[in-house]
Amino acid sequence: MTEGVAYRKEAEALDMQAEPMILNIGPSHPATHATLRFIAELGGETILKLTPEFGYLHRCFEKESESHTWTQVVTYTDRLNYVSPLMNNVGYAMAVEKLCGIDVTERCQYIRVIISEFSRIIDHMVCIGTNMVDLGALTNFWYFWKPREEVYMHLIEPLTGTRLTTGYTRIGGMAWDLPDGWEEKARGVIKNVILPAIADVNALLTKNRIFIERTMGVGPITPKEAIARGFTGPCLRAAGVPLDLRKDEGYLVYDRFDFDVPIGEQGDTCDRYMVRMEEMRQSVRIIEQALERLPGGPVNIDDPRFGLPSKQEVYTNIEALMNHFKHIMDGVQVPVGEVYSATEAANGELGYYIVSKGGGGPYKIKVRPPCFPLFQGMPHLCEGGMIADLVAVLGSVNIIAGELDR
Amino acid sequence: MAVKREKDGAPGFLTTRFEALLAWGRKYSIYPFTFATACCGIEVMGAFGTHYDLSRFGAEVVRFSPRQADMLLVAGTVNYKMAPVLKRIYDQMLEPKWVVAMGACAASGGFYNNYSVLQGIDKILPVDVYIPGCPPNPEGIIDAVVAIQKMLETGAPRAAERWPIKI
Amino acid sequence: MAEERKSVALEKLVGRFGGDIVSTHSEFGDDTALVRREKIVEVCTFLRDDPDLVFDFAMDLTCVDYLGEEPRFEVVYHLYSLAKKRRVRIKARVPEEDPVIDTVIPVWVGMDWYEREAYDMYGIVFRNHPNLKRILMYDQFVGHPLRKDYPKARRQPTIGPEE
Repeated sequence: MTEGVAYRKEAEALDMQAEPMILNIGPSHPATHATLRFIAELGGETILKLTPEFGYLHRCFEKESESHTWTQVVTYTDRLNYVSPLMNNVGYAMAVEKLCGIDVTERCQYIRVIISEFSRIIDHMVCIGTNMVDLGALTNFWYFWKPREEVYMHLIEPLTGTRLTTGYTRIGGMAWDLPDGWEEKARGVIKNVILPAIADVNALLTKNRIFIERTMGVGPITPKEAIARGFTGPCLRAAGVPLDLRKDEGYLVYDRFDFDVPIGEQGDTCDRYMVRMEEMRQSVRIIEQALERLPGGPVNIDDPRFGLPSKQEVYTNIEALMNHFKHIMDGVQVPVGEVYSATEAANGELGYYIVSKGGGGPYKIKVRPPCFPLFQGMPHLCEGGMIADLVAVLGSVNIIAGELDR
Repeated sequence: MAVKREKDGAPGFLTTRFEALLAWGRKYSIYPFTFATACCGIEVMGAFGTHYDLSRFGAEVVRFSPRQADMLLVAGTVNYKMAPVLKRIYDQMLEPKWVVAMGACAASGGFYNNYSVLQGIDKILPVDVYIPGCPPNPEGIIDAVVAIQKMLETGAPRAAERWPIKI
Repeated sequence: MAEERKSVALEKLVGRFGGDIVSTHSEFGDDTALVRREKIVEVCTFLRDDPDLVFDFAMDLTCVDYLGEEPRFEVVYHLYSLAKKRRVRIKARVPEEDPVIDTVIPVWVGMDWYEREAYDMYGIVFRNHPNLKRILMYDQFVGHPLRKDYPKARRQPTIGPEE
């Protein structure tokens, strides 16, 4: 704001009538990924004041979830952060399981870790790819899109049946177990597709002078400011704050794996990019360790209150049929109470606050989206910079409108 | 199109050849405007990617300005806040233009039946092709582009010509 | 139960504020404290500044509509401490006929938009908020949609492009 004041004072001193130009960026704009809108007051190319506006993709996740059963809400959670839908499913299932007080089987926990880490890798690939498209480096987008297609074709589609909107987790486990040969394909995809793509993009960008000049020093933030604004995830770690829920809270079986958490220094766009690239490599490490130690055993807990009975029994046994009917029509019966459960999604802390009054469906679910405080912090990151820097910062902060608007 | 017709209104030999040439040129150079709002936007990016290459069908030049595009590809949920923006973009496009509604949300609101989601973009725009799916496979987008090409080739009437639909 | 061990955060809160903390519980592993709404800024400032607690992260602010109960709304704050790796939930009840509560922006700057969203969706007015406008719905929207008495499938008039 002081920029605006200084601008007006300068204009008065020169005895000129001057007003900053108001530029509307979005909501349908190639650089604002999907539906974000900025109203920028400009003095030349410098941004004096930035007002972000969103809500163009508000799809009423909360209101819809109030009229559906617990398992039906899983399909709505896919569409929150639609570039890494498996992580949203896992976070929701963990929250409801915390409310029910059940522990899932070991195999289920390992599988959840593996699919979360694959989702994290593809999310970072989209972020960096689209960020680079906005800066003009289109090749990286194609380099990163091929691994995404491979992960979809060989891993996610055989596993869940669809490419994007997966809906794979259930309360008390997963919808079904891994198909045969999935582990081998996963290792193959990592070795033959993901690691070479990361190496290619690294070779193109990290030491590239144009990239460095475009991103270094652009949109910096201090640790204190980042914490006050509620930043989490790679943007916070790029600012130098070592907060990673996988290490600090150790949910699922993350405490058994050996991985590092990359921390940046200045919190600018270049740091955010470097943190994401390194996180992808660390995710590959976690997946390799998890695939090696993947235990056998059942994937769902053996509790008739939560899992559907097997089809064999449903077709032959009346009690199993009634159990199945009750599960589908009424939903899983969950105790009364409220719970908040957070996981480390690709963008930061994804929290689910669930209020239950018993019964088959939730009373209220609030999703704490990681992008919300990041988008709120955009004025702080961009004011004083230029419009071209706004584009670079917006891409690096990775706002997904589905999550922001819910 | 400024082409000469015979006295009884039927096109003559040269006119039909010319129109066929025009249609051939048009159908292999569709410029899409991807109005990508939500998850379908990711599948649109997949369709333009290297695996499901849409440039085989000529529609690879994506234009982000409505003045330069002729196919509006609405991918994703449109809600009441976004609807005026979409209508304005549609109005800014120049004739002839085609509209493709991609995905369940653009076609009919999807599984979002609530106070904020427009139940299908055909409430405000004439739609030529609907692509079912949530999200549709990129092959669905290719199918839609081929359908638009067929419409161009045969000169089929566009949805805009019977808009607005009065019930 | 009075003899069950409270966590550090809840004990300090009760020790400092006494009767203003209406109730506490730690069900499902989450420390929760229901406070009186007049004291919310003091409680939050204490939680942020106390050297044993250091709740410097404001993770979430939301509101729950308990239709049928008096007071009807409950504003819920989720906080996280980076140094102590602890979470706490603070709740404050707000009645329907006077849905006003003080803003906590002076304590954590990042709560700005969360409060605007609670206003937009539930109609809670945050006193001294610098910019209390609708954030998710468009400006001409009438009503507060996440209240329990707002029907889910109410259709809005399609507004045309602005002139």
